[in-house]
This record gives sequence, structure tokens and C-alpha cells, in this order.
Amino acid sequence: MRTGVFVCWCGLNIGGVVDVPRVVEEISHYPGVARAVDYRYMCSDPGQQLIKDVIREERLDSVVIAACSPGMHEATFQSVAASAGVNPYRCEIANIREQCSWPHQNEPGEATRKAIELIQAAIEKVRGDEALSALSIPVTRRALIIGAGIAGMQAALDIAEAGHEVVLVERLPHIGGHMAQLSETFPTLDCSQCILTPKTSEVGRHPRIKLLTNSEVESISGYVGNFTVRIRRKATYVNWDLCTGCGLCTEKCPSRASSTFERGLVKEPAISIAFPQAVPHKPVISAEACGHFTKGKCGVCEKVCPVGAIDYQQQDALFEEKVGAIVVATGYDLHPKAKVGEYGYGVYPDVIDGLEFERLNSASGPTQGQIRRPSDGKVPKEVVFIQCVGSRDQENGYPYCSKICCMYTAKHARLYKHKVSDGQPYVFYMDIRAGGKGYEEFVQHATEEEGVLYLRGRVARVFQDGDALVVFGVDTLSGKKVEIRADMVVLATAIVPASGAKELARVLKTATDQYGFFSEAHPKLRPVESLTRGIYIAGCAQAPKDIPDTVTQAGSAAAKVLALFSAERLSHSPAVAAVDEELCSGCGVCVEACAYDARTLDTRRRVAVVNDVLCEGCGACAVACPNGATRQKNASRSQVFSMIDAVVG
Amino acid sequence: MRLTRDVVSGENRRKLRDISGEEVASCYQCGKCSAGCAMTGMMDLLPHQVIRLVQLGHIEEAAASRTIWLCASCLACSARCPRGVSLPNVMESLRVTLLRPGERHLDPAGLPAEVLENAPEQALVAGLRKYT
Repeated sequence: MRTGVFVCWCGLNIGGVVDVPRVVEEISHYPGVARAVDYRYMCSDPGQQLIKDVIREERLDSVVIAACSPGMHEATFQSVAASAGVNPYRCEIANIREQCSWPHQNEPGEATRKAIELIQAAIEKVRGDEALSALSIPVTRRALIIGAGIAGMQAALDIAEAGHEVVLVERLPHIGGHMAQLSETFPTLDCSQCILTPKTSEVGRHPRIKLLTNSEVESISGYVGNFTVRIRRKATYVNWDLCTGCGLCTEKCPSRASSTFERGLVKEPAISIAFPQAVPHKPVISAEACGHFTKGKCGVCEKVCPVGAIDYQQQDALFEEKVGAIVVATGYDLHPKAKVGEYGYGVYPDVIDGLEFERLNSASGPTQGQIRRPSDGKVPKEVVFIQCVGSRDQENGYPYCSKICCMYTAKHARLYKHKVSDGQPYVFYMDIRAGGKGYEEFVQHATEEEGVLYLRGRVARVFQDGDALVVFGVDTLSGKKVEIRADMVVLATAIVPASGAKELARVLKTATDQYGFFSEAHPKLRPVESLTRGIYIAGCAQAPKDIPDTVTQAGSAAAKVLALFSAERLSHSPAVAAVDEELCSGCGVCVEACAYDARTLDTRRRVAVVNDVLCEGCGACAVACPNGATRQKNASRSQVFSMIDAVVG
Repeated sequence: MRLTRDVVSGENRRKLRDISGEEVASCYQCGKCSAGCAMTGMMDLLPHQVIRLVQLGHIEEAAASRTIWLCASCLACSARCPRGVSLPNVMESLRVTLLRPGERHLDPAGLPAEVLENAPEQALVAGLRKYT
């Protein structure tokens, strides 16, 4: 074996702690090492050239790079090795930065000893590395997008416009998401529907977008470039192919259901279309409220429907779609009412949340856009807005900032003032976070020009006293406790992941954080990629964000999908598990151990097999195998033992 | 402290705005005025706290502070204010709200002879202005 060892200083990151010249001196005497060299920045162009030169001069067959985490530069150094004729899978990284110089900054002597041992272990590993070639897999150039809010719609349109087919799945009967519920949008105060409907109608009529509303993803199998998705289209009890959306059924329906779209502020017919601009503009029967289903009596809609579209016997339908990439755009919900007891949320009808305020202010909402409080329809003259309800509250809610509430509360207060000019809006806040183009100016306008009074402090409690809601708060700027007799209280409740997000993550075999927001592969450099290859994230599914950020991220996710689709074939790491069929007893322990569905049993031959392209090379199956039949390529048992010997021996 | 729309955006607040020509709502309470004020050692309320009370509509409380009389109108605060609020104008308007009703009087004859002899003339002039 002729191994070259290249030790990087990484400026002072490694060189300031580890005695690099001593490491090079020690390692150059290690068995199998043809030459050991150091360089200040190994990842730089001259550093890479140095590696290539030494490979050629010493006729190396393997290299060890002692530098930063393989997550940073493994790909760089593998390609350098390959360009000089060394198999890239015979290039190992010894991480002497994240795993050595950084954590041991105060013990330079021990850090130097550890760096030597880590490099020796890597030399032992590379000694057993096989020369492998990357696997090649085909790509289905079709995308699945889960969620048809503004994020999902934007990603769908961008991918479809680029010429690829898109399957857009939405669990509600209509598309548009929460943006369809908003009255106006900050910081320009343009009408939400006015800027949204061009997109919803474009999605509705796009020849390359297959829209499946009232549908949910049930299961997913396969891998990047080759997913198979099972989708359940829930029964609407209306044949949408026949239905013209005339609305006669809705007019005549005698049963009432609480309107989800209107946030429970009004009842709607049991067969209804959520809002006038809904796409698709077709009704759905709520089986929980419909007289036909609950009492077995009514059949009014069936009688009045001029085209015979009502179908009480309709069943859920299952579809299977083949796609190459998936974008998760499942959006958000608001912090549940039951959890904000001190503000009487869910108890007093005039304590509402931000989305309810949007509906009150919306021209198509329950009050036709007049600000009237839910309890008695009175125009509220004193309105208290409370920010950070559940947000930035690790004891009773969530430690994170929900990001959009400062802006939408300023918007609400301003819109309220536009409609109730003699009313007084008060905003309780902790900090005003208005980072964004035109955002700070928007908030300042609220205080300066529109008479919104900002009070810095949290509200302790809200209680009903006769006609009024008494708000106990504080203004920490003046150091005074504040009491306001309000007519209505609007809570900026925390943004939480859409219900079912964690379950969906399990189906997709990707990760969420502890709250259920989908995890990105890297918080700065790979913000739209999930931890699973071929699955991307957009919008509030990842973290709270506003419409401009959501649209930006959706476009970025679409660009990632298009980059994937532009490849002829995809490559996959060949460092995967392999089975020695002579030793395999077909017990199936490896199948249980695999987190990626890469292991299956060949029942006919009674041996376990590996689906190479699904295998992520984690090694769980190799460890679980009771008779040593499963081998992890380039991480074999003998390699691991000699690595341990190199460290402890 | 009870807040209502009559307190926050009522007549008093409007009057003060008319006298001072200043929109105190612009102030975002950064405190730069107080940080640079030379008189704060003597003040009961810091300049930005006076502005805050005005924002809340609690004009009487602001006007009752020593601060408005200690302000020397040196303009260091307004020269530095990032929101363009002229604090000296607000201080003056608060003083004016007290002076206009003409309910406070300084009777020079009633002052002890010791004070009359020792007090600087400027102090007597200022006293006559403050209590006239």
C-alpha cells in the first residue's frame, strides 16, 4: 500500500492548537505511509494541486486528508484524488478540526496526540478500502408537491412552467392555503385574494399540474428520482366531473356545520364551497353535519342538483403516482385555543386570534369586512392586540419567535384604524421584529400616523367584566401597570406546524424538529433540502415565515427539483451494505434494523437482499446481523477493528 | 394606570401637539436623549420617560415632574434624536400648559429677605416666569 497523508492547518483553526509539524513527523513513519505533508489551507487551489502532485510523484494508491469534517470537504478531496488517478472511495478524511482542535482548544498536547491517533485510524481504514464506483440510477421527471398554499402553488407553477409534470396534493377541498383567508397583506396592504387568485386560477388550469384536492398522501416508497406515492382522495359526495359549481345545493341545504375557513365564526351549509374564489369551485358535503348522513333523512341537495352530481355513495379513492422529487409545503396552524387560559381564549367570544381577525376584516368574511365583534356585533372602540401569545414562551408555549406576528399585528391595528377611525388600538409587545424590506417603516407608520399605541410588556390576564374585557398589562417603558377596558382582544398566537406534520415526516422518512417543523439539511447552506435526498421543503412547513420568504423558498425548492431533473441519471454512493449469501440464514433481523427500507427478504431463495440505491450506508444492518453475513462496504469489521487498534493499541 | 381612547388620543394630547408642534408618537423610546442629557443627575424623570408619559396621554403626570424645569433647552437631545422629535419643544409645551391657566403666582414681597439678597437675579426672573 502507498498512502499519502495530507494534514491541513486550516489557518489557526487546527494549526493554532495541534502541533502540525509534529503530527507530520510522526505519521511519516507509520507503516504504509509513502509521504506525509502539511499545508496551510488544503482545500485551496494550491492545496489541491499539492495533493495531485504528491499522488503522482509517489504513485499513491490511497490518500488520507486530515482536515475538517467530511461534511465540509469530503467531496472536494474525493474529486481531487480521482483527478490524479486514485479511486475516490480510497480517500479518507480524518476530522481533526470539529473532533479534535475545536473541542480541545485548551489542551494542545492532548489534541496533538489525538490528531495522530485519528489519522492512524484513517490510515487503517483506507488500507481496507475497496476501489468502488458510484451507482447510477434513473430519474422520473415528475414532482409531487404536498400542500397547495402559496408555497406549494409557487413551487408547482415554477416546475410546471419549466416543462415537467406536477402532482399537487391538498388535503382541503380548495387550494390557496391560509393566504386565501387573509384580508390584506403587509407591508403594502394589497388585498390578499387579489394577488392570490391569479395564482390559484393558473394552478387550476395549468396543463402540467395534476391537482388532487381533498386528498392526502398515505404512503411513499422508493428513493430519489424514483418515488411511488399512494394518495387517498377523500369522498366529497359530489361528482366533481358533473358539478358545475352553480351553488344551488348550498342555497337549499337545511343543515349547518361550523365553518373551518371562517375559523368557526359562522355556520355554513353542510354542503358548501368555502369561499367565492375557491379553486376548484366545487362543493363538499360534511358528513358530520349532513342530514342524510346523520339522520338518514334529508336528500335536498340531490333533489335540487340540476346535473345529478350528488353521490352519497361516493367512496374514498386511492391513486398511485410515480415521481422523482417531492416538495413538502404543508404550512402551519395556530397555537390551540385551549392552551391560552389566562387570556380567556376559547372562553370569551370577543377574544379572537389573528386569522379570525383576518376573516372579520375580509370582504367575503362573516361581517362583509366590517369590524364587528363576534359576541354582539358591536363595533369595538377599544381593541387590544397581544403579541407573543405562546411564542417566545418556553414554559407555556414555544421558545421560538413566530416571526410574522409583529408585522401582521401592525397590519391589523392599521386596518382596524382605517375602518374605525375613532377607535383606539393598543398593541402589547415584547420587541418589535420588523426586519424586511419596508417593514420597519410600516410599523413606524402605525404609531406615527395612525395612532396605534404600542405598550412594551406582556399581558397577565384578560377577564370579562360586564360588557368589557378587562386587560391587565404593563408598560415597562414607563414602569407602570396598565389596565384597559377593551371591547375586543386579538391574540397573535404562535405559529405551529400543520397538524399531522410529524406523521407525514414519518411517512416520508425524513426528520422534523421537536415541534414538528421539517428539518433542513443545513440551516444556512442547504435550507430547502430535507435530510432525505429528493425531498425538499418550502414555506412554514420548515419554520414560521411570511409570504415573500415563502415564495422565495418555494422558488428555490423548485430550482432544486429542476436541477435534479436536469441530470441524465443520478449517482449514489457505492459504500452500501452487501450480503454474503453463503452465510445469510434469511432471519430478517437486518430488515427490521434498516431505517430506509433498503433491506428485504428474498423469500424464494431465503436470503436477505440490499436495495443499493435505498441504502444510506449507515451500517445498522451489518451490526444487527447475527452471523456476520452483512458487510458494510468500506467499513468492514476488520477495518473497524484495526481502526480501534490504531487508537487504543 | 388606566388607559382609554380619551386618555391616549384625547383633547389634552391634541392640545400639547398644537403647542409644541411635535408628534411624540414618532418616539420609539430608544433613550438616546436621556443618554446624552447633561441634567439627568437632577431629574426625577429621564427625558425619554417624560415623552413616554405624553405618549400614554398622562400629560399631567409629565407636567408635574422636575425634569421639565431642569431642561435647559441646550438641544443636545433633539440634535441626536433619530426620530426627529424636538424634546425641548415638548418640555416647553408642558411648561406652557402649567403657565397658561395663570393659577400659580410668585409674590416677590413674600420671599424671605435672605433669599432676595442671595438669589441670583436670573433665578428670580425664572421664578417669576414659572409662577406667573
